[in-house]
Amino acid sequence: MIQKSVTHCVPEWVEVGSVENIPLRGARVVSTPIGDIAVFRTGEGEIFALRDRCPHRGGPLSQGIVHGRRVTCALHGWKIELFDGVAVPPDQGCTKRFDVRVEDGVISLCLRAEIAKKVCRSAEEENHVSGHA
Amino acid sequence: MKKLKLVVIGNGMAGMRTVEELLKLAPDLYDITVFGAEPHGNYNRILLSPVLAGESSFSEILLNSEVWYRENGITLYAGKEVVEIDRRHRKVIASDGTEAQYDRLLIATGSKPIALPIPGATLPGVVGFRTIRDVEMMLEASRAKGNAVVIGGGLLGLEAAAGLMKQGMSVSVIHLMNTLMDRQLDEAAAAMLRRTLEARGLKIFLSANTEQILGEERVRAVRLADGTEIPTDLVVMAVGIRPDAALAKAAGLHCERGIVTNDTMQTFDPRIYAVGECVQHRGRTYGLVAPLFEQAKVCANQLALLGHSAYRGSTDSARLKVADIDLFSAGDFREAENADTIVLHDLGRGIYKKLVLADNRIRGVVLYGDAIDASWYYQLLCDGVDVSGNRDRLLFGKALAGDAGRGAKDTFLELSDDTEICGCNGVCKKTIVDAITEKKLFTLEEVRAHTKASSSCGSCTGLVKQILAHTLGSDFSEGPTKKPLCACTEYSHDEVRSTIREEELKSIGEAMVFLEWKTTDGCAACRQALNYYLHCAWPGEYEHDAQSRFINERAHANIQKDGSYSVIPRMWGGMTTVSELRAIADVAEKHSVPALHITGGQRIDLLGVKKEVLPEIWRDLNDAGMVSGYAYAKAVRTVKTCVGKQWCRFGTQDSTAMGIEIEKMTWGAWAPHKVKLAVSGCPRNCAEATIKDFGVVAVDSGWELHVGGNGGVKVRATDFLCKVATEAEVLETCGAFLQMYREEAHYLERTAAWIERVGLAAIRKRIVDDATGRKVLYERFLHSQKFSQKDPWAERAREGVEAHEFKALTVVTKGEAA
Ligand SMILES: Cc1cc2nc3c(=O)[nH]c(=O)nc-3n(C[C@H](O)[C@H](O)[C@H](O)COP(=O)(O)OP(=O)(O)OC[C@H]3O[C@@H](n4cnc5c(N)ncnc54)[C@H](O)[C@@H]3O)c2cc1C
Ligand code: HEM
Ligand code: SF4
Ligand code: SF4
Ligand code: FES
Repeated sequence: MIQKSVTHCVPEWVEVGSVENIPLRGARVVSTPIGDIAVFRTGEGEIFALRDRCPHRGGPLSQGIVHGRRVTCALHGWKIELFDGVAVPPDQGCTKRFDVRVEDGVISLCLRAEIAKKVCRSAEEENHVSGHA
Repeated sequence: MKKLKLVVIGNGMAGMRTVEELLKLAPDLYDITVFGAEPHGNYNRILLSPVLAGESSFSEILLNSEVWYRENGITLYAGKEVVEIDRRHRKVIASDGTEAQYDRLLIATGSKPIALPIPGATLPGVVGFRTIRDVEMMLEASRAKGNAVVIGGGLLGLEAAAGLMKQGMSVSVIHLMNTLMDRQLDEAAAAMLRRTLEARGLKIFLSANTEQILGEERVRAVRLADGTEIPTDLVVMAVGIRPDAALAKAAGLHCERGIVTNDTMQTFDPRIYAVGECVQHRGRTYGLVAPLFEQAKVCANQLALLGHSAYRGSTDSARLKVADIDLFSAGDFREAENADTIVLHDLGRGIYKKLVLADNRIRGVVLYGDAIDASWYYQLLCDGVDVSGNRDRLLFGKALAGDAGRGAKDTFLELSDDTEICGCNGVCKKTIVDAITEKKLFTLEEVRAHTKASSSCGSCTGLVKQILAHTLGSDFSEGPTKKPLCACTEYSHDEVRSTIREEELKSIGEAMVFLEWKTTDGCAACRQALNYYLHCAWPGEYEHDAQSRFINERAHANIQKDGSYSVIPRMWGGMTTVSELRAIADVAEKHSVPALHITGGQRIDLLGVKKEVLPEIWRDLNDAGMVSGYAYAKAVRTVKTCVGKQWCRFGTQDSTAMGIEIEKMTWGAWAPHKVKLAVSGCPRNCAEATIKDFGVVAVDSGWELHVGGNGGVKVRATDFLCKVATEAEVLETCGAFLQMYREEAHYLERTAAWIERVGLAAIRKRIVDDATGRKVLYERFLHSQKFSQKDPWAERAREGVEAHEFKALTVVTKGEAA
């Protein structure tokens, strides 16, 4: 699977380990001064990183079950999109995502404290996404 | 790829539900064009009665606004009636000349009210009861508060009559038959209904044949065959509906009473599908939305070119949506020779209940005055459950027929808005009701998705269904018997299980491919279920797929709200020793465990442990001879015991030793859900064995065995299974029962729910009556245990199994991060 390549990171990328150290359909925690980050590996081998806190009540997303490009939180079953950190409707909320780079099987994260501002989609928009008028 | 063209004729409930389902499955497959004779978006026809009664407004019952069509790229021709289908050129033509080309055509024209062929039937002031236009005309006529006549004393007619009375009109109902709602009610219930309605001021003419509607410019009166004239300002014809198949017939499609379709909702022209009331399927037409929504689902699946779903017909049920009248009927409730009828008739309280049983299964049900158990009976009926086990109490409802507690009795009507319905997710009644009305939800799944109610332990499911039924005024939320395991598949739990066995599927991936899973790697629900089913089917062969297990089973500890874990070592039969207690104390001190707690399962819980410390704690506990208590698992948890004959002055047997033996035999057995056991030393039952999945109560002459109990949200006491004389028999029966449960229950179904679904009789037959079969089950249990009884803590603390689970990938220090 080709990873969307993100090259720009100021000040610099931080290597966090190799892809093989994360089970397929699994996650590992990277502990950092700005809090724990969950690094996911999907069944197709894509790598994503989210803050390890569920938008619902702060459950550790790294402990959930990974399916498709989503993770189901272990505490109350919210589903979170891995690629943008947004909760799958009808649940609403989002968690911070981090840019990821994979080179020669080594994962790097972009650890800026504020990421390109990530706004949760509005409630109305969410309703339409769910399609059930 | 160029998009295919889909044209839909009929902008009503079945047609639009099909389109919605289709958009979910294949959003980009079609360019969709919808023709609707009515000049607005699709609305909830069912709720016309509340609009007539002034309880809702039109905007509240609109299901798909024009914005919705636009946003989904659908061309809507509202107010344009299709007058011709040109099959040769594959196009449809509307009355104003608009044409649309199709690759696939969906006919969803619904039905038309039957207009009696009598003089005066076309006079102004005569309306049907089908569309919002009809309701507007009725409301307009009711403004003068005059007289109204409703022709037809069926479901629709009575709802119209009730609404018009509510608007202040003086209403008469004329009905051809000698009882009201003769298609849905038997005589006794109909008589009670009649009394109630008459007490509210409705005039009812039975066995009355309408001969003519009188009037010159507008209706003035209705004349019956016997000469009676009833003066009136409004006539509502509600004598029945006729499937609207005229258009299809004119296009040369095979029609009988309705448009004939096969199980995939295809008409005789393979490009043309039909759904809704206009359809005749396996000789039947339907007039309620539940079956139509089922058709919609199947049809969408076919249109999406997935083609693995078929419609097999539904069981009818009816509920009258008139305030304070509780009435329900379903199935075939006529008395017949091969059927038994059980009746409760309490005129004083205005309650009537009738169940018709054939072969110990419910065939029909009529409830009047107390329909709180409607959904329960309906489910038993649809599932064909053998009710011989509780036949004597069946009529008293779910509460007294053995399923006590929260789900039962008048509960939810009496509940205030802020009563918590779902304890797991903290959802109260008002939240659910609001979500149903505001978000226009129809099914249990939708309520679960939007409110989370009933999405966790499921014990409030019954209540949520009742709320759904009453809020919508109908029980079309009840699905058909077959429920897919989850949204990733069309197959039910049972189908998945049997296919795994028959086709010798040995991994989750294989099962998903063979069973045509719709998603690449499933979801949290099906992956856990598949993992368990494979484990159960192939003991010793299948290795658990860690990534398809809930975190507690992956980490062998219970996750807590703050992300820390709890550790509960096993204490066999609730017995412990000085050295065990000392070891626990030492471990707690060494690792600064923040809290210790005695669980209800007679052991000690170390709470607030950081994940990375778990293996160390386990090693220390292992060193003291302690192993995992599986307190986190869908598996055998504990065997609770009392001190029994060893100490207690009432004890009849050594219940502690019995409990320890059972625990030694059963520990480590994975199951569809958690399994709790207990052994009491005498009928005083201090170990509370009668609310356990498997409970043993010692008596002088042996052991009584009980099954299917649980505590919790919805307490269920056990059913008595049998009595045995020896310890060996206790073990054999216990093992056989657990194995049958492991092999046959659905994932996440506790023994209580399982027994209620399959019936105690079915379990007795295999576990008590059939000695050979019992032995075979027992053997299979012991065989599977050979591979399961490995302490997962030891493997992780000493052998480095799954080491990555307990360690951070890396720790980034301050200097590295920005
Ligand atoms: C007052 C009332 C109360 C009801 N209560 C309940 C209840 O409590 N529970 C329950 O389950 N069911 C109830 N029903 C029945 C339920 O509403 C119907 O079963 C359901 O609406 C049928 O769906 P449908 O899509 O087949 O038809 P409809 O919803 O009638 O849709 C058909 C649409 O096609 C349009 N159409 C027809 N011919 C053409 C054409 N040639 N060109 C363009 N458009 C055309 C019609 O105008 C209509 O809008 C009730 C019905 C009524 C009227
Ligand atoms: C319905 C949903 C239920 C949920 C979600 C639930 C959840 C839990 C959890 C998370 C624990 C572990 C606590 C810990 O980490 O130490 C636990 C333990 C326990 N629960 Fe429940 N529970 C439910 C129902 C019940 C019922 C119905 C009963 C009993 C009647 C019950 C009795 C117990 C007992 C006795 C323990 C301690 C277990 C042991 O010692 O192994 N629970 N439950
Ligand atoms: S331990 Fe059980 S009863 Fe206690 S809060 Fe948790 S789920 Fe509820
Ligand atoms: S159940 Fe009977 S034997 Fe056991 S402690 Fe209670 S009284 Fe004693
Ligand atoms: S904290 Fe994640 S679902 Fe509740």
